[in-house]
Amino acid sequence: MPVPKPLEPLVREAADLAVALDRDRIAVMEVCGTHTVAAFRTGLRDLLPPTVRLISGPGCPVCVTAQGYIDAAIALAARPDIVIATFGDMLRVPGTQSSLERERANGADVRVVYSQTQALDLAKAMPDRQVVFLGVGFETTTPGTAWAVAKAAEEGVGNVTVLSAHKVIIPAMQALLAGGEVGIDGFLCPGHVSVIIGSDRYRPLVDAFGAPCVVAGFDGYQMLAGMTAILRALAGRGDKLGNVYTGAVTPEGNPAALAVTERVFEPADAPWRGMGVIPGSGLRMRDDYAALDAEKRFEIDMPDAPEPAGCRCGDVIKGLLDPPACALFADVCTPATPVGPCMVSREGSCNAWYRHRPS
Amino acid sequence: MCLAVLGKVIEKADDVEGVVDLNGNRVPTNLALVPEAALGDYVLLHAGFAIRVVPEDEALETLRLLEQLGTAP
Repeated sequence: MPVPKPLEPLVREAADLAVALDRDRIAVMEVCGTHTVAAFRTGLRDLLPPTVRLISGPGCPVCVTAQGYIDAAIALAARPDIVIATFGDMLRVPGTQSSLERERANGADVRVVYSQTQALDLAKAMPDRQVVFLGVGFETTTPGTAWAVAKAAEEGVGNVTVLSAHKVIIPAMQALLAGGEVGIDGFLCPGHVSVIIGSDRYRPLVDAFGAPCVVAGFDGYQMLAGMTAILRALAGRGDKLGNVYTGAVTPEGNPAALAVTERVFEPADAPWRGMGVIPGSGLRMRDDYAALDAEKRFEIDMPDAPEPAGCRCGDVIKGLLDPPACALFADVCTPATPVGPCMVSREGSCNAWYRHRPS
Repeated sequence: MCLAVLGKVIEKADDVEGVVDLNGNRVPTNLALVPEAALGDYVLLHAGFAIRVVPEDEALETLRLLEQLGTAP
């Protein structure tokens, strides 16, 4: 595959750095579903030196959502008084017995929204129904939920609640580094999460573990520049805390987004599929907003549920396994007939590998 | 779910209600997270919210690179 002209200098530099580093394996992990997909779209892996591997980690919010939450959402959907408002990816995730899509086919009112503001509008348009918004997403998405919750509270909208599965990524990155199960030499940090939280937020990770963390955007140039900056840092020729997405990411992040998030949400321990409970990695609604918290209004129980038989999503999410190594991949488990969430979500590792597999 | 796209603010009713031009489409956009956004600014959009004002030269460079490399996030 010919190297696009704008990328030639980076390809050369990355190759030189890999030679200088002289290691059998340099593994960089990305923790953003959009990076997972962009890596394929841009052909990034073909441009990297042979010893440098890009691993996909727990970057797909739908994929890391615990089975118990999925089942709780499905149970809510089945109630005739409830309208579920959700981003599209959640629709086909298999629960233990059913899915939101199946419930919808059976008459449940499940609406796909592209924004939290739509969920709020729905509630206002249907005052006699209870709208429950499924709050799934990392730091890029959470401020929108927080803003909508604050607005609903301000306007006294009494028939909308949020079932929060919102998460923060850095505790998961820390758990992966501390766990040592997967050898991670550096992180390619999520571009748009970093727009919100700021690039400085990765400093504690760099200081504690010495692993380079470089923020990158999503086009081919950005991702290759990010990988090259990581190699530079490993070779002692650049800063370990880096940002190549300077047009969008600042050291401090977006103050308005951080403020509204902080107002509505507080840190909580949260279960991540395949990784168990990670302390402080989730967000739950503060007591001030209890009236908008679906977990409280509907007294929801989210018991642990086992993963489907044979499903390796948990290991894929941790970067222990590339999807093709799962026995179910492209056989029993395909985007049309998914077994686990990594194959359902457009940003799931398995889905991305499947759609880009050699034909 | 980091997916965000670049667009240009073409209407700003107040600090919250705006319209962004996304590749020729008029997209209603919540501007509450970018109170500094002005008419004509490029912004990154995610789930109906603008999350960052991007300097024009950076925005144009990104759009140019996307065209050149033939890929989009």
